[in-house]
Amino acid sequence: MKIPRITDTTLRDGDHAVSHSYTPEMVRTIVRNLDDAGVPIIEVSHGSGLNGSTIQQGFSIHSELELIKVAVETVKQAKIASLFVPGIGTSNELREAAELGISVIRIAVHCTEADVTEQYFRLAKELGLEAVGFLMMSHTQPANVLVQQAKLMESYGADCVYVVDSAGALVQSGVRERVSALKEALSIEVGFHAHNNLGLAIGNSITALEAGADQIDGTLRGLGAGAGNAPTEVLVAVLNKMNLDTGINLSILMDVAEEVVAPLMQVPIVIDRDNLSSGYAGVYNSFLLHVRHAAEKFGVKASEIMEELGKRNAVAGQEDWILDVAVELAEKKGLKV
Amino acid sequence: MTKIKAAILGSGNIGTDLMYKILKNEGNMELALLAGIDPESDGLARAQAKGIRTSHHGIDAILEDPEIKIVFDATSAKAHKLNAVALREKGKLAVDMTPAAIGPFVVPTVNLHEHIEAMNVNLISCGGQATTPLVHAVNRIVPVHYAEVIATAASVSIGPGTRQNVDEFVRTTANAVQQVGGAKLARAIPVFNPAEPPINMTNSVYAVIKEEFDEEAVISSIQSIVAEISSYVPGYKLKGTPFIDYRDTPWGRLPTIVIMNEVVGAGDYFPTYAGNLDIMTASAYKVGDLYAAHFLGSKEVIR
Repeated sequence: MKIPRITDTTLRDGDHAVSHSYTPEMVRTIVRNLDDAGVPIIEVSHGSGLNGSTIQQGFSIHSELELIKVAVETVKQAKIASLFVPGIGTSNELREAAELGISVIRIAVHCTEADVTEQYFRLAKELGLEAVGFLMMSHTQPANVLVQQAKLMESYGADCVYVVDSAGALVQSGVRERVSALKEALSIEVGFHAHNNLGLAIGNSITALEAGADQIDGTLRGLGAGAGNAPTEVLVAVLNKMNLDTGINLSILMDVAEEVVAPLMQVPIVIDRDNLSSGYAGVYNSFLLHVRHAAEKFGVKASEIMEELGKRNAVAGQEDWILDVAVELAEKKGLKV
Repeated sequence: MTKIKAAILGSGNIGTDLMYKILKNEGNMELALLAGIDPESDGLARAQAKGIRTSHHGIDAILEDPEIKIVFDATSAKAHKLNAVALREKGKLAVDMTPAAIGPFVVPTVNLHEHIEAMNVNLISCGGQATTPLVHAVNRIVPVHYAEVIATAASVSIGPGTRQNVDEFVRTTANAVQQVGGAKLARAIPVFNPAEPPINMTNSVYAVIKEEFDEEAVISSIQSIVAEISSYVPGYKLKGTPFIDYRDTPWGRLPTIVIMNEVVGAGDYFPTYAGNLDIMTASAYKVGDLYAAHFLGSKEVIR
């Protein structure tokens, strides 16, 4: 089995879990530890990607450009990556992040919409960035559709395409089919990004490796949207046990996860009813806090909102539908809206 | 009754749907010509079947006919840059349905009267036509500090032009939310949803307000503009009643008016889910009809 490249996205996916409240000091400490531990790629940006500071996604307390700058200045060996979602970000923000010194851009779209990424992959390559494609909500499409979409990204210049389990809804057979189909069809690298709604984040990541994945994502202590991700320190521990030596220092990761990241958690990241219903219904993980807000405002259950969003096939970026669903559920119950 | 002669340039989906709208409405325009570049296009065949004159030589046939006063450009931003110059030289009003944005942005319920003497007007984008009037409806009661609009459409209704240039949609729509809607600051975010069966177009507007305001006056202003829009886009409606939600913003914890809207198409040529396309052609029709009425009116005055 290949030794995977690990990307830690605590400072991107975890941004959702801390309600976009990272400070430059937190970023400096976390980046320094990840860099010392030997993690090769560290992702920093708003959870919804560059320019994600909005009402729909949640406003950032500190400018992400400032946070990216701190991260770039702090690293000695690691490369800094950012996430980019077309429509939330535009070419301007991609250029700004490149000027600040990021090395990798991860371009994310719903897994049927790859053709909107062309202008951004081409720009990323012009700017000299490594460009990774992120097929979000990969559980919604069969392997052959993901292959077509990934091939589009490859044709635009992608260096790698990820199967992204945004809802934490895939089980191991689903991961294996999708990752191996991409490996077979593409000549570039393939990655896997897990969420833990069904308790399978580490298991699915290992299955992805068995199916040939070259890159795997993790977050310290699993600090990511919704049910969180594959914890980076657990991933490294498991890889060590499998005799796959990433060269990453496990004890530094364990210390930073325990002493720095765990205290940042606003709520414990566990598979509670809301997160399980989200994964079971196939709902995007970063909806969680928005769903809880709407549930409280309109007096309905978060898990009911999740179930209805799943039925409507909501995709990433549709936080406004949460309000729509909450209003309708409240009206159905005869509650005053 | 005298009518103003109009032509449609572009025989694709947008041009064809607009043709049906002109034909079914007893307004101030008469459709004199549908011009395309593909002699095999479905749009040209349908026009011929309806007895409408067609040409597959692009803009030339339009320029040669001095009777044509209003031209709907349903080509592309790139083509419109050239077409705009040619139409202006011939003294024809260009109703630009592309993202070229050469002329001022117009929305029938908001600002047409400000540009009634213009020779080139632009229809912004589907999201712009759907959301700028909602922002305007709030702003005429209380200043909107920041407006954010989310325009969601079915993936199958989004053509390759938009897909290859998402930046353009974002920039143009946000500019219009400021210029036409009146918001001090604005963002616009498109979302494409591939659900099957395809979803109707939905839009959400968040308007952040810094001052005290009369909630009922705002809601009634929104409801009244929605009624006006639905007079020319019949499937345009509010989803629920607009409500106030307090949100943490860069300007403090502020009341945010949340407006949700759905646009169901009329099904003239597009399927009904494509409300995003329908609102463009319905708005273009309305703009053209209002200009035609203006032309007829001023002619009478001159006589």
